[in-house]
Amino acid sequence: MNGPLIRAENLSVGFPIGKGLFDKFVLKAVDDVTLHIDKGSFFGLVGESGSGKTTLGRALLKAVPITGGSAHYADGEVAYDLETIGKADLKDYRKRAQLIFQDPYAALSPRMTVRDIIAEPLEVMGLTRNRQETDERVRETAAKCRLNLEHLRRFPHAFSGGQRQRISIARALVSGPKLVVADESVAALDVSIQADVLNLLKELQRDLGITFMFISHDLSVVAHTCDHVAVMYLGRLVETAPTRQLFAAPRHPYTKALFSAIPSLDPDDRGRAQKLEGEIPSPMKQPSGCKFHTRCPYVIDRCKVEEPRLQSSAAEHNVACHRWEELLQNA
Amino acid sequence: MSALLDVKNLTLQFRTDEGLITAVEDVSFSLNKGEVMGLVGESGSGKSVTAKALMHLNARNAVYGPDSRITLHTEQGEVDVLSLRTPRDLKVVRGGAISMIFQEPMASFAPAITIGKQMVEQLQLHGDMSKAGAKEISVEMLDRVGISDASQRFDQYAFELSGGMRQRAMIAMALSTKPALLIADEPTTALDVTIQAQVIDLMKDLVDEFHMGIIFITHDLGVVAQTCDRVNVMYLGRLIEEGPVREVIRNPKHPYTQGLISALPKLDNLDQSLTAVPGDIPSPLERPPGCVFNTRCSQIVGAACTTIGPNEVDLGADHTVACHIYKEVAE
Repeated sequence: MNGPLIRAENLSVGFPIGKGLFDKFVLKAVDDVTLHIDKGSFFGLVGESGSGKTTLGRALLKAVPITGGSAHYADGEVAYDLETIGKADLKDYRKRAQLIFQDPYAALSPRMTVRDIIAEPLEVMGLTRNRQETDERVRETAAKCRLNLEHLRRFPHAFSGGQRQRISIARALVSGPKLVVADESVAALDVSIQADVLNLLKELQRDLGITFMFISHDLSVVAHTCDHVAVMYLGRLVETAPTRQLFAAPRHPYTKALFSAIPSLDPDDRGRAQKLEGEIPSPMKQPSGCKFHTRCPYVIDRCKVEEPRLQSSAAEHNVACHRWEELLQNA
Repeated sequence: MSALLDVKNLTLQFRTDEGLITAVEDVSFSLNKGEVMGLVGESGSGKSVTAKALMHLNARNAVYGPDSRITLHTEQGEVDVLSLRTPRDLKVVRGGAISMIFQEPMASFAPAITIGKQMVEQLQLHGDMSKAGAKEISVEMLDRVGISDASQRFDQYAFELSGGMRQRAMIAMALSTKPALLIADEPTTALDVTIQAQVIDLMKDLVDEFHMGIIFITHDLGVVAQTCDRVNVMYLGRLIEEGPVREVIRNPKHPYTQGLISALPKLDNLDQSLTAVPGDIPSPLERPPGCVFNTRCSQIVGAACTTIGPNEVDLGADHTVACHIYKEVAE
């Protein structure tokens, strides 16, 4: 790996809610997030719905405004400050950072042929000079995603979920991006074809050196594909670590609870899960102190008033918990 | 254990503009009281349509095969489900002896009627009950499924509850009429893992308490391993493997079941690469001749696979499989 592609420092994204002069309220979807994504890596972002993982992904794509902190992109050719990026640079950044959506049924226009869908970014961004060049790029990209010429002439309805997702991937890749944010890209697929799409993404990472930010709620999928994982809860990062280390030795109580909630494939291994009470609080009513204290089995008074900072617990392994050392010793 | 449900040679086709589409073909299974059966398969395998047939809930264009029989054993005697016609007769299977929980609880509750009113309404429909009595039972059920402040929640609308709460309310509503059979169609798919673990726990407790039969429709084998006694695996409208949950998960016999299990990302072995089942499930308009799985099967044993539909082979230990590989061994 050669340095970070994305560096975010104390990044926050807030959405103003309420119309009146006095009942203005800013909903903090992403709160004080510091992270870096190495070039060519497969970076996983996990969390429950409402944890802000999608918003964080969009902020790094500059698809939602950044309201606090900073985010920098540097791929060796160009370097952008995403907060202050100008119109012309943003146009160039769109080429370099792309998004794959969750639902391949909703993401593709039913009225366009697959060729037109994949060619659209090229035409909109004016990346090719003539139709011939466009066709060539489309064919080349489609082949990388295992779509043949015959497929290009058809409309999306003729394809199954897995094939549609490959079309979405081809569309994201056609502009030659360095960063691809894959937001729950396999969540809508059946298990039998999910593996196929995951293997394709890994291949693209290896062969083209694309950096992926893989947003998912499925920990076992993340474990198998990502190099580095960040766990989010209510807009905050609670733990980040290299995948293997995180899965071998999770430190944050929330990460531990997430792991034990995965249904085991062993029928004799029932009811062992360390149950988490309640649900993720509404971002409108965020708890004081540590955001997780309302559900944490290890909560003490300090957690309710003081917010823990993300601190290093081992090489590249960061955790935001007041009691992680203590819990490690008692384990 | 006594029998609760017998499904014999269920064949179900839909009349459409493109002709008759076969959704379910020659499916037979039975369920005992207090037994939890998993119905597993990918989208398009016919699992939901099969479940809906049990309540005679399929659309008007559904055509049942001439020898299809669904027999429900109730306290009042046997009910031949497919012969029921009038809404009054159908009440026995729709919400009476059989209840159903759907995947998306937000879509299953009427948005403009309070949860309590909906619960009372169905209780009064199915039993001779005063409004006050029905309310008492409803609040009791809401409390039983772990909803705090049940009497307050009773007067709330579905949108006021969180996803997990809504699914709990759905379960409370389904169980309030004391059904003999509960059909749960992907009840945890839309939920986060931590909430899924809570709902699975709740369902296990309720089985012990109410002793009803459950048909658990899911594509998640982990959920099956955690909840079910038996598993039926479906593919393209056919039942391809059936057996006790331990047998099927530890010792899968059908190439499709084997593929499904090896496609699952497992947490205990991160080095294992994911193998997808090649290809996609064919459209029901293009059902392959012979074994329905032959277009994706990697273990074809001969011409029989593409010409003759395999019969069920009894492998002992209550485990049956419909595949030509085993027929040859048996002969």
